[in-house]
Amino acid sequence: MTWSATARGAHQPDNTAFTQQRLPAWHPLLSASITLPLFFCAGLAFLGLGLGLYYSSNAIQELEYDYTGDADEGSCATCATEDQGRAPPPRCSCSWYFTLSELFPGPVYLYYELTGFYQNNRRYGVSRDDAQLSGLPSALHHPANECAPYQYSAGLPVAPCGAVANSLFNDTFTLWHRRQPDAPYVEVPLDRSAIAWWTDYHIKFRNPPLVNGSLALAFKGTAPPPNWPVPVYELSSDPNNTGFVNQDFVVWMRTAALPTFRKLYARIRQGNYSAGLPSGAYRVDIAYNYPVRAFGGHKLLVFSNISWMGGKNPFLGIAYLVVGSLCIVMGFVMLAVYIRYQDQDDDDNDDE
Amino acid sequence: MRKEGKKRRKKKEDRKRVVVSNLPFEGWSAKENPNQQYRGNQIKTSKYTILSFLPKNIFEQLHRFANFYFVGIVILNFIPVLSAFQPGVSTIPVCVILAITAIKDAWEDFRRYQADRVINNRECFVYSRREQSFVQKRWKDVRVGDFVQMQCNEVIPADILLLFSSDPSGICHLETANLDGETNLKQRCVVKGFSQQEGQFQPEHFHNTIVCEKPNNHLNKFKGYMEHPDKTRTGFSSESLLLRGCTIRNTEVAVGIVIYTGHETKAMLNNSGPRYKRSKIERRMNTDVFFCIGILFLMCLSGAVGHSVWNGTFKEHPPFDVPDPGGDFLTPALAGFYMFLTMIILLQVLIPISLYVSIELVKLGQVFFLHHDLDLYDEESDLPIQCRALNITEDLGQIQYIFSDKTGTLTENKMVFRRCTIMGSEYCHQENAKRLETLKEVDSDSEEWTQYQCLSFPARWTPGPATMRSQGGSQPLRRSQSARVPIQGHSRQRSVGRRESSQPPVAFSSSIEKDVTPDKNLLTKVQDAALWLESLSDAKPDKPSNSTTSSIADFFLALAICNSVMVSTTTEPRQRVTIPPSNKAVGTSLEKIQQLFQRLKLMSLSQSFSSTAPSDTDLGESLGANGPATDSDEKDDTSVDSGDYSTDGGYRSSTWDQGDILGSGSSASLEKIMEAPDRGQATPDLCYEAESPDEAALVHAAHAYSFTLVSRTPEQVTVRLPQGICLTFDLLFTLGFDSVRKRMSVVVRHPLTNEIIVYTKGADSVIMDLLEDPACVTDTDLGKKMRKIQARTQKHLDLYARDGLRTLCIAKKVISEEDFQRWANFRRQAEASFDNRDELLMETAQHLENQLTLLGATGIEDRLQEGVPDTIAALREAGIQLWVLTGDKQETAVNIAYSCRLLSQMDTVYSINTESQETCESILNCALEEVKQFHQVQKPDRKLFGFRLPSKTPPTTSGVPDTGLVIDGKTLNIIFQGKLEKKFLELTQYCRSVLCCRSTPLQKSMIVKLVRDKLSVMTLSIGDGANDVSMIQAADIGIGISGQEGMQAVMSSDFAISRFRHLKKLLLVHGHWCYSRLARMVVYFFYKNVCYVNLLFWYQFFCGFSGSTMIDYWQMIFFNLFFTSLPPIIFGILDKDISAETLLELPELYKNGQNSECYNLSTFWISMMDAFYQSLICFFIPYLTYKDSDIDVFTFGTPINTISLITILLHQAMEMKTWTYIHGLVLLGSFLLYFVVSLLYNAICVTCNSPANPYWVMENQLSDPTFYLLCFLTPVVALLPRYFFLSVQGTYGKSLISKAEKIDKLPEDKRNLEIQSWRSKQRPAPVTEVAQTPHRPAPPVPQQDFRTSTPKSSSPPKRMLHGQRGSREGRGEDPCLGSPLTKLSPGQHLLEPHRTLVPDAYSRDQNDVRRPLSRGSHRRSQSSLTI
Repeated sequence: MTWSATARGAHQPDNTAFTQQRLPAWHPLLSASITLPLFFCAGLAFLGLGLGLYYSSNAIQELEYDYTGDADEGSCATCATEDQGRAPPPRCSCSWYFTLSELFPGPVYLYYELTGFYQNNRRYGVSRDDAQLSGLPSALHHPANECAPYQYSAGLPVAPCGAVANSLFNDTFTLWHRRQPDAPYVEVPLDRSAIAWWTDYHIKFRNPPLVNGSLALAFKGTAPPPNWPVPVYELSSDPNNTGFVNQDFVVWMRTAALPTFRKLYARIRQGNYSAGLPSGAYRVDIAYNYPVRAFGGHKLLVFSNISWMGGKNPFLGIAYLVVGSLCIVMGFVMLAVYIRYQDQDDDDNDDE
Repeated sequence: MRKEGKKRRKKKEDRKRVVVSNLPFEGWSAKENPNQQYRGNQIKTSKYTILSFLPKNIFEQLHRFANFYFVGIVILNFIPVLSAFQPGVSTIPVCVILAITAIKDAWEDFRRYQADRVINNRECFVYSRREQSFVQKRWKDVRVGDFVQMQCNEVIPADILLLFSSDPSGICHLETANLDGETNLKQRCVVKGFSQQEGQFQPEHFHNTIVCEKPNNHLNKFKGYMEHPDKTRTGFSSESLLLRGCTIRNTEVAVGIVIYTGHETKAMLNNSGPRYKRSKIERRMNTDVFFCIGILFLMCLSGAVGHSVWNGTFKEHPPFDVPDPGGDFLTPALAGFYMFLTMIILLQVLIPISLYVSIELVKLGQVFFLHHDLDLYDEESDLPIQCRALNITEDLGQIQYIFSDKTGTLTENKMVFRRCTIMGSEYCHQENAKRLETLKEVDSDSEEWTQYQCLSFPARWTPGPATMRSQGGSQPLRRSQSARVPIQGHSRQRSVGRRESSQPPVAFSSSIEKDVTPDKNLLTKVQDAALWLESLSDAKPDKPSNSTTSSIADFFLALAICNSVMVSTTTEPRQRVTIPPSNKAVGTSLEKIQQLFQRLKLMSLSQSFSSTAPSDTDLGESLGANGPATDSDEKDDTSVDSGDYSTDGGYRSSTWDQGDILGSGSSASLEKIMEAPDRGQATPDLCYEAESPDEAALVHAAHAYSFTLVSRTPEQVTVRLPQGICLTFDLLFTLGFDSVRKRMSVVVRHPLTNEIIVYTKGADSVIMDLLEDPACVTDTDLGKKMRKIQARTQKHLDLYARDGLRTLCIAKKVISEEDFQRWANFRRQAEASFDNRDELLMETAQHLENQLTLLGATGIEDRLQEGVPDTIAALREAGIQLWVLTGDKQETAVNIAYSCRLLSQMDTVYSINTESQETCESILNCALEEVKQFHQVQKPDRKLFGFRLPSKTPPTTSGVPDTGLVIDGKTLNIIFQGKLEKKFLELTQYCRSVLCCRSTPLQKSMIVKLVRDKLSVMTLSIGDGANDVSMIQAADIGIGISGQEGMQAVMSSDFAISRFRHLKKLLLVHGHWCYSRLARMVVYFFYKNVCYVNLLFWYQFFCGFSGSTMIDYWQMIFFNLFFTSLPPIIFGILDKDISAETLLELPELYKNGQNSECYNLSTFWISMMDAFYQSLICFFIPYLTYKDSDIDVFTFGTPINTISLITILLHQAMEMKTWTYIHGLVLLGSFLLYFVVSLLYNAICVTCNSPANPYWVMENQLSDPTFYLLCFLTPVVALLPRYFFLSVQGTYGKSLISKAEKIDKLPEDKRNLEIQSWRSKQRPAPVTEVAQTPHRPAPPVPQQDFRTSTPKSSSPPKRMLHGQRGSREGRGEDPCLGSPLTKLSPGQHLLEPHRTLVPDAYSRDQNDVRRPLSRGSHRRSQSSLTI
């Protein structure tokens, strides 16, 4: 490359709109005339949306019960005291009785809720091996280092490794319903399938390839996590729901964002209960296994139905309402400013 | 002992360089050649090679603190206990940043490499023994010990010891403009003993050994000796050294031996690459980075404490508390400490890593636009602005003080002869003035002034406006073109090759300077005068000694002779004309002409006496009559000349035409007649090399009247007269110009009359005092006449001075042979004397230069550059203090200051000239007191933010006359020595303008440093010459004017422009834009990072301060690197808050940048608060929404990430004042890119980012209506306060900028109206007529006197404030100085009706306090303080 251009004005800059910074441009200037309508429009829109949200959220019913057993009430208190300091805890069961006077409209979702459980603790959250969970045989026998100290147990690789898997929530619930006071309790069918994300269940979590058609053989040479009473391939008798693709396990492995969280346990949508829970007396039998009192946590059971925008959430509607009214207030302030400014401008013009 | 001595000797030897000829070793292996140890001539300014690039560049980048910080954090991340992210991934941002910087460095280095290659491959002639001749070699192959032959106009490839020059006296001329910016030629002489060579130099006979110094960077220091084979030694010095980069001039061939090569040459050693300056914003930014570090520390600390507290709440370890791999749990304290480090990693983005790179990119973009601005492009020199410093563009918008050179910066440094007065009659040269006007509109009437074009144009007869323009355009360049030879440096390289290839070199003055259109009246008189002059030779009529005619002839002779101008030819090789080219012809033509003119003599003489304007026909006839006769002779003359020098056939033929024109003189227009003698008699390619442009201007003026200086030798001067005869004067003595005498004289013997004549030219103040006292003249008539002439001349001089012309008086004296001999003896004794020689010489000069007869005076204009007054007015309106620091003398400086409206007629001007410290102090005190009194009434106590007050200049209110301060170098010295800086600065702050005259380069830089450091203001220096370099380097921004005086100033500057007026747009528009863009971008960047990082911080409260993130790390990286980085950069490059037109119209808007309104402590903290608020909103609205739900970590993080992206982009959108399609595309693109990338990443990455991965999270969220509701609500809430504030400001805002924005939105006609009403509101005083021409006729004198009195009458009583003319510039040595009013010429009384007499009591101090000022200045309201 040489600079030996001989033409005159070889160094003359190009006269284009771009180089001369003369590109056609729009100069938005935020002034009252533009912002006033915006404030009012936005305010009204927000108010409308907020009202809608508020009502639809209010329409959602929730029923929850703290079965931790702290308060010495209910049958779970005994379990709570019993489990102190023992891991794994002995089997203990208790029940929660409640009565519905009218239909609890469906579809009804059954959640368990834990409070004060920091699934989002950094070192807890990373203590897992996604490669192992996705069924990679190599990863099965060589868990990732993040799993430590739940990486190897007595020299055997832990499957599934890591603290998240180790702390799998293992309370189980059954729901019983009795229409008449003297009628026997009938078990309400809980749909425990498809409670995990479809993609988690079908893609992210895979069992290792079966060995001779047996899942147990596939997991041969691995140890279960220390807290688990059963190996991973015995989580359920259903072959589609055992091993790494056990729905409860998959749900648990999706670590919660906040220390108080719910996880879906089951949906009630079968048989007589597809329209919801009819009125009557109910009993939830709880297999109380999971210790939470050590860290001051609580265990709750929640029945809830959902609307188009998910679960019960009064906040969003209220927020929309507040912001909408705020916009309108600001609009009025702007209007006042604008009017004063106009006056002053006129004064200025008079002065001139 | 002996050993030691030997050692010492050896050490001594080491400081020397021994060079022998390479020739005996030609063809030998490299090792045998003793010169081989020296480096080759190849230069390499590039830093890297392909192999060394990576390690070296990374190493260099790590030197930057920011990079070091980030690399440190990456390393921290590799420690498993601490790692917040996967270590591998966390290196990505740093790598990307380093890579971008590396690419930029590589590109710059590549350009340097290319420039080097061009230079290295230039060709030169090196002697080869094999070929027995000089063969062409490339520069890089030149070795120490080679013999190099250089031709005229060739650039010297290395430092070469001169051994041979084609000049018989062994002299070689050299232009060193490249090194020191001086364009006058330097002489270098051959090493002693080599000068008496005949014919060719024989390198093979050279067997000497050269011993000289080791390479060093002293340009003018060099010594060594040459040892001959017979062990004799010859010394040499820098007189014999040709430096690399210089250009050979005037010498056909020069041969020398190479001493230093490549990087060891003095030029290269002197070249210290570009400097790194840190801009104000960057300094400000660095403090804010420290604030950020503080915030970061606090956040980390709270994280650490929080974590250990949280850990301590558990009685036993909960299942989510994971022990370390060994199964042990950390103690809370240690966990807290680790958490502190982890948090640093987590929140590292708080220190904006990408900010540094973004700023560099933005500045590159800004420089691109600067460089491409058509308004900053000078068509004449084909030079756009050069940005040599890439990192201080935004400083252009914050300048508070400008220090300007005068000559060449404010003025063109082109001296133009404007008018003259001879024997009391004024010749206003209207045509000349008109021509100068038309020069500006060349296009329209190029035809017309083609005829006036300088004779040395090689292609001047090529018709057509296009070519004419190109000539007009290229001409001024020539002076500088030779200066553009590359030593190295890519920025320079650009301008180099081109000019060399496209333009013929040489010529020293531009057409403006050369061409003088003669005054019609005067021209006719000159013709007569010339005739009269002819008559002197054959008969000696008893001429009236002061007849106008003879005086006119004398006047022009004096102009032509009384100088030190050397004559050379323009064509190659440029040679100094020492022998009159037509000596032979003179004799014959002289006789013939004498005969021819004899007939006309009487008639024309009588004519000139009787009428001032002889009719055209008379003149035409007279010329026509002798035309044919002259013709034949002149044909000979010119054919000799053009045969030698002219290469242009077209030109030669045109020369023949002149006979016809002369022949048809009677019918020709006056213009043609005027042009005829010019064309016929001038040697076409004469070129004048003058020490000062004034001299050249006078010689050119004489040339225009056909008194052409043809040659000058130490003994003789030859002048060609209008008729074509050459008169050769014997030069008896030359008394050179010095600043004490302020005059120069030549003593010549007139060839025709044999009289000894002294021609003196000098400053009017001096000459007027040396004139023959009219009272002493015996002849009363004559005395009366002389007095009248003197009075009238004085009047004209005042007129000139008022016009800003530089005045010179011309006087003459005839002395008798005896007197001369006596004086000559005296003089020779003085010259020979050893002690107090200077005084003796001075004394002899005084003996000679007295009793002079006034011939006349000239007015020379150092033309103000176009648009200077306008620019100065605008800059001042912008609140910039303008100081002029010049080496010039006070009068000139003050005149220029008035004509460029730096000072106005209404101003009170204090001038301080003293050499005593006490006086200086008391003057400063008095002036200060007085000025304060003025201002106290007017100045309301203005208090801005506490920290900006001291630099605030008092507002210039209309009621008070503005003050100006004139101070000279000596006084400055006293101020610096006497610790009076504070007072001085205080006084200057009340002054609207300050003028420092007679200041040395060192003083210039001291003043700049003083103001910069003491007032802590942003300073800018602008200058064009080598003497401005120190000042340019001292200021925050140095601007070099590329043009007249070489490259030195440009080389040391940060920006190089070609005209002063470009400064207006550069500062007001580009400065403002660059500042506001960058400042707002920086603020935005801080905001952006804080806002984003705080999201993570808030999350810590919900994850046990464990350092988790709810956003996938890749997303975070992308967020900073891709999704939100481009909009601010585009914003920083393209945004325009106010249009260029409005900015130019309303210079006040510049104050925005001066006061750092866009980016200061408060804006920083406001944006910080806003960032905190926004991040709170962006986090907690989603938090409250998703509380108690089955949300998982990344599903929770995704809406937060999205929301903050939308918020940050919308925030940017609100900040942008200008939306072009680029802005829109970039914003939209960033937004879409986020979704595309997130969707893809979340869909593809199943296990790739173990242990945590966001698989399908985005998709999941996009199918959830809550996500949309959040994304709609949250940004609105986050931005609502800012939006509200901005719209209130937009509606109600009273700041200049918001007002201007509103004006900018109006349609054009309305806008103009609005701007006008603004301006009239802003400045009620009817001062500004911006479009005023710089050369407006001066208002009549009485009016000014009236003006003078106005401020006086309104001012409070004070010690002494009076208009006073300072005709006495002398100090104590002058006996007459007891009273300042001694010896006033009559003219002064006419002009000084309001003189105040100085009481005697004060007169003692007169010696110290130089009387205020100057010739021109007494007419203005000039106040001086007398103690």
